[in-house]
Amino acid sequence: MHMWTKSHVRQKRQSANSFLVAALALIVLLMGASQSASALPAFARKYGLRCSACHESWPMLNYFGQKFKDNGYQLMNDRDAPIWQNPGYWPVTFRILPIWHRVSSGKQAVDDPTTGGQVEQRITSSGFDISGLDFHTGGTLEKNFSFYVLPSSDATASFHFETVMARLDNVFNSPWLNVKLGKFELDNLLSEKRILTLTGNGGIYQLYHFIPQGDGNVFGQMGDNQLGVEVMGHSVNDRTRYSVALLSSNDGQPGLPYGSEAYSTFIAGSQAFDAGKLGVQRLGFYVMAGEAPTSWLTSGGPNAAIAGSGTGNKGYSREGFVGQFYFGQRFDVQVVTQHGQDSAWFGQGYGDFIDALATNNNTPGTTLPAGSRNPTWNGVLVEPHFVYSPQLIFLARYETIRMSQQSTPGTRADLGNITTYTVGTRYNPFMTSRAGFAWHNEFNIFHQTGTAPLSGTNINTSEVLTGFDFDF
Amino acid sequence: MNSSKPVRSRRMTFFAAIFGLILAVGLVIPANAQDVPDVGPKPRVIVKPMESHIGNLTGHSESAKSDYRRYCAGCHGDYGDANGENAVWLDPKPRDFTIATFKCRSTPTGTLPTDQDIYDTIARGLTNSNMPIWNTFTKQQRADLVAYIKIFSPRWDREKAGTPIQIPAEPPVTMDSIAHGKALFTKLECWKCHGPHGEGDGPSAATLTDSKDQPIRPYNFALGKDDSRFKCGGTNRDIYKIFMTGVDGTPMPSFADVIQPNDAWDLVHFLRTLQVHRHSKENEILMSAHGVIPPYVDKNPPPAAAPADNKAPGGGQ
Repeated sequence: MHMWTKSHVRQKRQSANSFLVAALALIVLLMGASQSASALPAFARKYGLRCSACHESWPMLNYFGQKFKDNGYQLMNDRDAPIWQNPGYWPVTFRILPIWHRVSSGKQAVDDPTTGGQVEQRITSSGFDISGLDFHTGGTLEKNFSFYVLPSSDATASFHFETVMARLDNVFNSPWLNVKLGKFELDNLLSEKRILTLTGNGGIYQLYHFIPQGDGNVFGQMGDNQLGVEVMGHSVNDRTRYSVALLSSNDGQPGLPYGSEAYSTFIAGSQAFDAGKLGVQRLGFYVMAGEAPTSWLTSGGPNAAIAGSGTGNKGYSREGFVGQFYFGQRFDVQVVTQHGQDSAWFGQGYGDFIDALATNNNTPGTTLPAGSRNPTWNGVLVEPHFVYSPQLIFLARYETIRMSQQSTPGTRADLGNITTYTVGTRYNPFMTSRAGFAWHNEFNIFHQTGTAPLSGTNINTSEVLTGFDFDF
Repeated sequence: MNSSKPVRSRRMTFFAAIFGLILAVGLVIPANAQDVPDVGPKPRVIVKPMESHIGNLTGHSESAKSDYRRYCAGCHGDYGDANGENAVWLDPKPRDFTIATFKCRSTPTGTLPTDQDIYDTIARGLTNSNMPIWNTFTKQQRADLVAYIKIFSPRWDREKAGTPIQIPAEPPVTMDSIAHGKALFTKLECWKCHGPHGEGDGPSAATLTDSKDQPIRPYNFALGKDDSRFKCGGTNRDIYKIFMTGVDGTPMPSFADVIQPNDAWDLVHFLRTLQVHRHSKENEILMSAHGVIPPYVDKNPPPAAAPADNKAPGGGQ
């Protein structure tokens, strides 16, 4: 007993020591690295600007960075054309993240050898890991001709094209007319591609990817880069912005894998206001709406859908408001709301039959179950940032999505609801125009209602992550 | 239950090891950064907060510390001495705020600019340089930055800003005023630096240096189209201001004591014709005269001889 007590005390002391070491490590890193944050070094190198000039905290843009992007990666001075660069300049940046993370997923279905059936069990794993590698290359081909190509790999170096686009900037010498063609990120003011978080559930905006339980519509994910053409414009100081995009309803996948005649649109607009010492405030809206296929020709079986054969287009929409509110130079809050709606066909499991997200094929003569309704939902994300200095940012996010109408009457009203909390820090030990480096720490809790595979109860997942996010 | 405690203990030790590693990295990074000694004079110790006054706005230097570091210090340096880490790559070099010599002013040569002058420069940017157009800042941010710039030089403690020059109303553009401007361009030997056709290729162009002995190129009027800008603005009033105040820190002198205000406007009208790709009233008049500027006749002594290669100053050809 006495021995147990001593051991217990020793463990408590070890625990306290661990916290002390952790706290000390944090303090040393924050205080000790006294050098004078980071971006696409390719752009920073070109213009001789620190990454912090364009990024509130890399990779998230500030107003100046947004204007730079809206101008076609140009500062609108005489140095924009590539002829001004040293011939050895190559506009390429690599980004990759070595990390350690611990993921704890609740209520996973596992085999139970004692009964021969399955039970739900929490699975927790931790370890060192790496992300995929991004090759960012972009800039100007000539004054007012810009481009961006981003081959991106997963952690096993399997590549795909995340972005491929060319853009005519300032057509007729006017910032109000810019035309972009290719695969690109939608004009989301709060950009998921520039998100400050990295965990599995916290590293995306759930609002931008939400699909109701049992729904077969993969096409309305506004966080995914899409294939299409975009016309956008802005005032000289970027206070007023608009964009209209025509997109293939294929969730950005090349090769026309889905319907032959399905298109969507994304429309966004915003206005910023100078609020004195508070800073610049911005209010905007977005609408993503379109049609996508539900009916597929098959070959070799009822589930072997033929790529490109999709017809029977049904509608969907996502719309909402965006607010970027600044309270002085250090604190800001980003807010996005969403009201989403899918056709009842999608809600009943028709849609992306190619990738088996959809479970049903809308073959001739198919009718919807009686009482089927359009699934609808509402959501909001709130993301506050505290910018201690250009080198150190503290961030948090609360995101929730609530179903307001299930497709099938009688379905549990809150099935599939999501709530997620994220907190994190990013610290850039140096600030130059040559490379970027951030020490990233993050914790995320993800909660979904009623989706446990066996019991139909709620699922809770958590992840803690620390790592180095660097580009060069 | 007790059997899980050693596991917890091992976990704690594991976490301690991870954070120990982080600690080590945290120590190594700054240690490596100190391998190269910091040589040279120590920067001025900055203690006195400064203010700026632009209209009803009052800027405070303390409020701009973070913005200066974020947006400006990479070129202008943490101490305003033009020694930011990017400075070595830039041409022309960034402004050295420690000597408080500014190119774009409304005040006479040799004097400090007004707060409004610096405020306008930040929003306008400087063409033919790496200084961007910072028009995304709020007015307050810009005013604060103007105040912050002042902390780097003791001149702002000792001197007041100069009195802005008076700019008379612009007279109508006529062929006569263009011709007179051309005569002045020759007489004042503007061509020696800017070249006979304003292309920045005058006989002295290759020898020019700024006040820090850095090579400097005279302005090439012929470049650019309708979006062409001068370093200190794009309007006729801006051009007038440039040669009546001079561009301090460069070989471009002030002509305020040499020419009369109306003569200065004539020179402005001629200079516009050197912007051959730009749509302007001046070029319209020149085009209606088939691109030929007639000789100006007045009672003054004849203009200085043309350059040896017989490339006479002209415009619109």
